Amino acid sequence: MEFLAQWLDVDFMARFAPMYVKAAGVTITIAFWGILFSLIVGFLCATVQYYRIPILKQMVSVYIELSRNTPLLVQLFFLYFGLPKVGIVWSAEVCAIVGLTFLGGSYMAEAFRSGLESVEKIQMESAISLGFSPWQAMREIIFPQALAVSIPALCANVIFLIKETSVVSGIALADLMYVAKDLIGIYYQTDEALLMLVLAYLVLLLPISILATLLERRLRYAGFGH
Amino acid sequence: MQDLDISILFKGINFLRLLGGLWVTVRISLIAVGLSIPLGILFGMFMTLKNPIAKGISRIYLDFVRIMPQLVLLFLVYFGLTRAFGWNLSNEASAILVFTFWGTAEMGDLVRGALISIPRHQYDSAAALGFTKMQTFYYIIVPQTFRRLLPLAINLTTRMIKTTSLVVLIGMVEVLKVGQQIIDANRFDYPNAALWIYGVVFLLYFFVCWPISLIARKLEERWR
Repeated sequence: MEFLAQWLDVDFMARFAPMYVKAAGVTITIAFWGILFSLIVGFLCATVQYYRIPILKQMVSVYIELSRNTPLLVQLFFLYFGLPKVGIVWSAEVCAIVGLTFLGGSYMAEAFRSGLESVEKIQMESAISLGFSPWQAMREIIFPQALAVSIPALCANVIFLIKETSVVSGIALADLMYVAKDLIGIYYQTDEALLMLVLAYLVLLLPISILATLLERRLRYAGFGH
Repeated sequence: MQDLDISILFKGINFLRLLGGLWVTVRISLIAVGLSIPLGILFGMFMTLKNPIAKGISRIYLDFVRIMPQLVLLFLVYFGLTRAFGWNLSNEASAILVFTFWGTAEMGDLVRGALISIPRHQYDSAAALGFTKMQTFYYIIVPQTFRRLLPLAINLTTRMIKTTSLVVLIGMVEVLKVGQQIIDANRFDYPNAALWIYGVVFLLYFFVCWPISLIARKLEERWR
């Protein structure tokens, strides 16, 4: 502590730590809902692509291209500043969650799609010839294998989306970035504010990153015939 | 009303200004990619070393870059370096530094992946045929890794272009900021300008990144 106090204003850090905890709550809330909806949207899109449903399939492709080739910050600016002009007024939180879902949905869709494509067609045919209904075959045979293949990509997307939430400070949501920027602006305690920012993201993301690595290792047995 | 406000794009040089703003971010990403590719190749080769210290260093570097949001890295460099070392970097210099730092790590990991995907027997066969280490690398390994790497490196470029949109948050005047200026300057004449300006910015990014993504996908399919 003595050593630390030479370099850093420990009192300052203790005083503002609760602000970071509160801001981390904002980051987590937005990330949680954004990721949840991304998974749902991604799963639906991947299903549409897998079954090649006409019209919907083309719409999904357009959505995926739009979402993957534009930055989240620009999407958020459009949602937050642009849409109110046509009467769609959403709070910053809603915009952030919608934006994150718009971005994340396509990434999750790609992850699910690569999983579904990795299961050979013959498995579906074999299952049907054994008397499974197409739905049963999907649920009991194809999906579990596809999910195991998708898991690493899904985990990578979760980490990516949590990181992307740092952008929401751009539409004035009081997340971790916003608090750090505020403290730098008001008190000029740049070192302390930035250090706490880095620590906060490490605390949030390091466990998830380690968990993802473990999960990936554990699921490696799932590759059929490898 | 909204139909009329689209004309703000064609008023004066507004559209050209937006394009100029876009160029600011695209230029940063091109410079950063240009620096990241050679540095990333070196870093990727460094990562394949068996030396535990080399492994440790590259592990920490890669994990740190992977875990920290790019915006945090920008803040660390733009606000932190000034404070810690008294380096007064401009926001553009900080952005190039951060995106090169990030790009080198990502590129290095791609290079490492491509290098270790070359089966062991390729090295052994080359050695058996009397190639020196240098020759093996130059004639056998590099051409094969290049094909695996190029589509991924192109994809990194689109990610870079998308991520450089963040520089507006460290005060650079790029396409979003220019858009904001146009909207603010015309607040009374064009009250609904925001819809059109941000919509156009969205599409501008799309039309820059989309063709690049398509090229990467085509190359990947052809060289599989």
